[in-house]
Amino acid sequence: MIEQHLPVLIVVVPLIAAPLCVFLFNRTLVYLFALATCWATFGMSLFLLAKVLESGPFSYELGNWPVPYGIEYVVDYFSAFVMSFVSGIGAVVLTYAPKSLNDEIDPSRHYLVHPMYLLCLTGMLGICITGDLFNVFVFLEISSLSSYALISLGRSRRAPLAAFQYLVMGTIGATFLLIGIGLLYQLTGTLNMVDMAQQLADDHGSRTMLVAFAFVTVGLCIKMAVFPLHTWLPNAYTYAPSVVTAFIAATATKVSVYAFVRIVYDIFTPQFAFDVHGLDLFLTVFSLIGIFVASAAAIYQGNLKRLLAYSSIAQVGYMLLGVSMNNQDGLTGGIVHMFNHAIIKGGLFLVVGCFALRLHSVRLEDLRGAAKTMPLTAFAWVLGGLGLIGVPLTAGFISKWLLLTAALDNGFYLVAGLMLISSLLAVVYVWRVVEILYFSEPADAVESAREAPWSMLIPTYLLIVGILVFGIWTSYSVGVASQAASALLGGAP
Amino acid sequence: MDINSLAGLFNYWIVIVLMMTGFYIVIARGNLIKTVIGLNIFQISVFLLYITMGRVDQGTAPIIQEAAQADQAYSNPLSSVLILTAIVVGVATTALALALIVRIREDYGSIEEDEILILDRES
Amino acid sequence: MTLTPALLIVVSLALPFLVLVLIGLFGKLPNLRDGLTLVLSSVLFYVVCCLADHVFQGGRPELVLGNLLPGFSIGFKVEPLGMVFALVASGLWIATTVYAIGYMRAHHEKHQTRFFACFAIAIFAALAAAFSANLFTLFVAYELMTISTYPLVTHHGTEKAKLGGRTYLGILLFTSIAFFMLAIGWTWSVAHTLEFQPGGILQGSYESGGIQQWQLMLLLALFAFGIGKAALMPFHRWLPAAMVAPTPVSALLHAVAVVKVGVFSILKVAVYVFGMDLIRETSIGEWLAYAAGATILLASLVAMTKDNLKARLAYSTVSQLAYITLGAALATPASVVGGGMHIVMHAVGKITLFFCAGAIYVATHKTDISDMRGLGRAMPLTMGAFFIASISIIGLPPGGGVWSKWFLALGTVETHHLFLLAVLMISSLLNIAYLIPIPIRGFMKPVTGDPPTFKEAPMMCVVPLCCTAVGTIVLFFLANGLYEVLLPITEVAK
Repeated sequence: MIEQHLPVLIVVVPLIAAPLCVFLFNRTLVYLFALATCWATFGMSLFLLAKVLESGPFSYELGNWPVPYGIEYVVDYFSAFVMSFVSGIGAVVLTYAPKSLNDEIDPSRHYLVHPMYLLCLTGMLGICITGDLFNVFVFLEISSLSSYALISLGRSRRAPLAAFQYLVMGTIGATFLLIGIGLLYQLTGTLNMVDMAQQLADDHGSRTMLVAFAFVTVGLCIKMAVFPLHTWLPNAYTYAPSVVTAFIAATATKVSVYAFVRIVYDIFTPQFAFDVHGLDLFLTVFSLIGIFVASAAAIYQGNLKRLLAYSSIAQVGYMLLGVSMNNQDGLTGGIVHMFNHAIIKGGLFLVVGCFALRLHSVRLEDLRGAAKTMPLTAFAWVLGGLGLIGVPLTAGFISKWLLLTAALDNGFYLVAGLMLISSLLAVVYVWRVVEILYFSEPADAVESAREAPWSMLIPTYLLIVGILVFGIWTSYSVGVASQAASALLGGAP
Repeated sequence: MDINSLAGLFNYWIVIVLMMTGFYIVIARGNLIKTVIGLNIFQISVFLLYITMGRVDQGTAPIIQEAAQADQAYSNPLSSVLILTAIVVGVATTALALALIVRIREDYGSIEEDEILILDRES
Repeated sequence: MTLTPALLIVVSLALPFLVLVLIGLFGKLPNLRDGLTLVLSSVLFYVVCCLADHVFQGGRPELVLGNLLPGFSIGFKVEPLGMVFALVASGLWIATTVYAIGYMRAHHEKHQTRFFACFAIAIFAALAAAFSANLFTLFVAYELMTISTYPLVTHHGTEKAKLGGRTYLGILLFTSIAFFMLAIGWTWSVAHTLEFQPGGILQGSYESGGIQQWQLMLLLALFAFGIGKAALMPFHRWLPAAMVAPTPVSALLHAVAVVKVGVFSILKVAVYVFGMDLIRETSIGEWLAYAAGATILLASLVAMTKDNLKARLAYSTVSQLAYITLGAALATPASVVGGGMHIVMHAVGKITLFFCAGAIYVATHKTDISDMRGLGRAMPLTMGAFFIASISIIGLPPGGGVWSKWFLALGTVETHHLFLLAVLMISSLLNIAYLIPIPIRGFMKPVTGDPPTFKEAPMMCVVPLCCTAVGTIVLFFLANGLYEVLLPITEVAK
């Protein structure tokens, strides 16, 4: 009975839990309640994934209204896959959170942090599961609004301004998406994605469709932080509380990529987007420029969080490279990279949170020699960094390898070469930090610091070890991603 | 394109004018409050777009009355419903943005973006 | 003990891991830790010998661990070239462990547990590369080797170590990611397999026009420069930079494991990916042979200018590695077998030289050759071993090196590259010029200043270097056996 309603429960449970949190004034109670909700959500997403893997995609009609009148929730390989890692990272990061939040946010506000966190999670899961285009917009705004609020809670006084800038950019992006959805609705008279795709199939090339396509693409590109629409991201990630950064950096851009892939592949069809209108070329060029510019910028950052933020912009470029290749291997690579990058970047930002807790700074000059007093944290950085570079036996290698073979199969030799050279820039910015951690004389603050507490190290290592595990055992990540890719490409599911 | 069809698209012209006005304000103004106002105008233009597209020629309000003729056309209610949701989202966004501005003013004593950036650089 | 060959592969790969775990467990008890390492490295050598016995009788045991990605498996298949390399690596591991224990303790080095742990991973990587059945496995092992040796290179944690490590990691990662990985991907997209096969996997594509001659040449270049561990100029800078490491690291890793993985990979790519026939037929190896020749001469010349003993040995290594690359580029049976033999000969010879350099440093704290006058009188065993090993490196009887150089020379004659033959000869003369003066200075020149107050390094240091020095002479007599076991790699399956 319950099982049958899981697709809606996975969204509704965190949604209902969020306001309930506010009423539980006790700080510990709020935390435990939110934590339980997160893990329950993760459990549900795993259950849905298992069900999809066992018996194929299925859908759920909200309030028993038949499609296309009612809203439909679709659980297929792609959505179940993204939901599983988004909720998983949400749960792990929240497990890690209490000590870090105590340090960075006034305790009297904690009961507000957790509802926002849950709402953000709700929004992202909603984007994944819904089969209704307008719903995508609503959930996008739910997750965005709560993430603006979360970011503004940062300790620095720059945090509200960073959140405000993100809000302006984010709202423009979301409104663009809204315009696009409106035009599509005008064209087809339906909001259900499957129905819409069928109606649009007869309508290739009308001007309304083209305009809708343009608005949706640009809107989502802002949300994905595609170069040159990435300007909101570095400040937002830098000034947000460490826990929030870890959660948002690991999930938010991936979910936007998810929405983008869904809309381009399922509604507009690759034939229209890539073959007729050349979106692939556009994406490839901007991804590559973005990868190079953002990686180069990361090299020059003096703040660890900002360094990782720029690296995130670059990594989104790799995902979009895969998406733009429009073939099985490339799309698989792009989707797997969403997952791999989520655990890598999540893990690395948790490491940064450990440093922030003990050293009260994430500026590189304050981290000098930290490997002496915080060896486990520093080693976690090394492992995560290797994943980011894409060294074999880490998750990063898997996605990079898939993208490489896909590019070569397509005959994109230049793209393949540039992609590999760009990953060397990651070596520079990761190793620069490694050298500071290991080969510098410790500063006074570092000398007297202690290793991060186990309550934070264990969740951190959960993700870091995940990088190694998913670098060796790929049948889950690559397996599901390739099924998702072949379903998107219209092959047998 | 004759004058009739131009005039017939009156609503869409307004949408475009509002959209561009709002967008321009967001881009060009450094005052945070004005940015929010621009954002609002920008969003409102989209609301108008949605409401306009729901209109059906010769259609009435979509309330079924017993006396109505069998071939009575109704306006599409769905777009209005959608835009109600979008308005709520817009209000929430505005509220949040204003709350952020209050905090920014508390911290910096200014709501001019360029002044704030100068203050940041000095600190 | 009767174990199936496939099981022997598992055991030999698992043993370094067991060492790693035990080292981690007993890190606080140095005697137990070092004793266990020693015992297990001997067991490993025994296991590898058992495997070798099987392989040299014509067995080709296989083991597939599973697919890392669909179509890309981690698999092992042992053939003679890899077997010989595994024997060298595991055999010299014992010698190095003994030596390292002596050296690290005499020097009171810190972080000895981390040191031995990384050592074990590096040996694992060397064995995995040696046994690899496909390019993909080889690449994974190759990168694992790079990463695991970085902490060894930067062991001292000083500013100099940091800079050396930066060069080391920078060049090795740059070449492997930008070139090697690209080359592997390209090979995959052309041949749709990455398995090593006798006769190569590209022949078919070339004949059907799937890949042109100039593309093959470019691919070979990507491999040759991408395998940065082979230290082909201009990507050789990491090798001298890595000499900031403690001497046992330089000895095992930079005379045996790391650099030999590089040249081994090049040989393997030449023989099992391109195929010797294809390289000769299309003469794509021509330029590589001359590039290797240039490296041989230039590195030898640079070596002569170095006064620091380890730096001189490092450049000597660069030069000697190019011999093996030359063997691969010429791609005749004689040159390939010569290259394979040179892996062994040079490994044993060069490790002795490094051991000697370390022993001298432990005993006297001298690193410059110009300070080593009269050293031989106080340290006759060390200097004697240095002399014997030098003979082998130069390629004079009764050193083993003479045979590998002979076959390489034969290869140049067979392919009518008389110019390269001249290069080999001149290089041997240069070797004499930069190696022999060291023992001569040690034995003949009177001591300047005060009479020496030092004597031989600790036994743990001297015994291994004497053993490996004797090894170079033993290899002179065993060369025929080595030739016999390596010859099958040149046969193409019909």
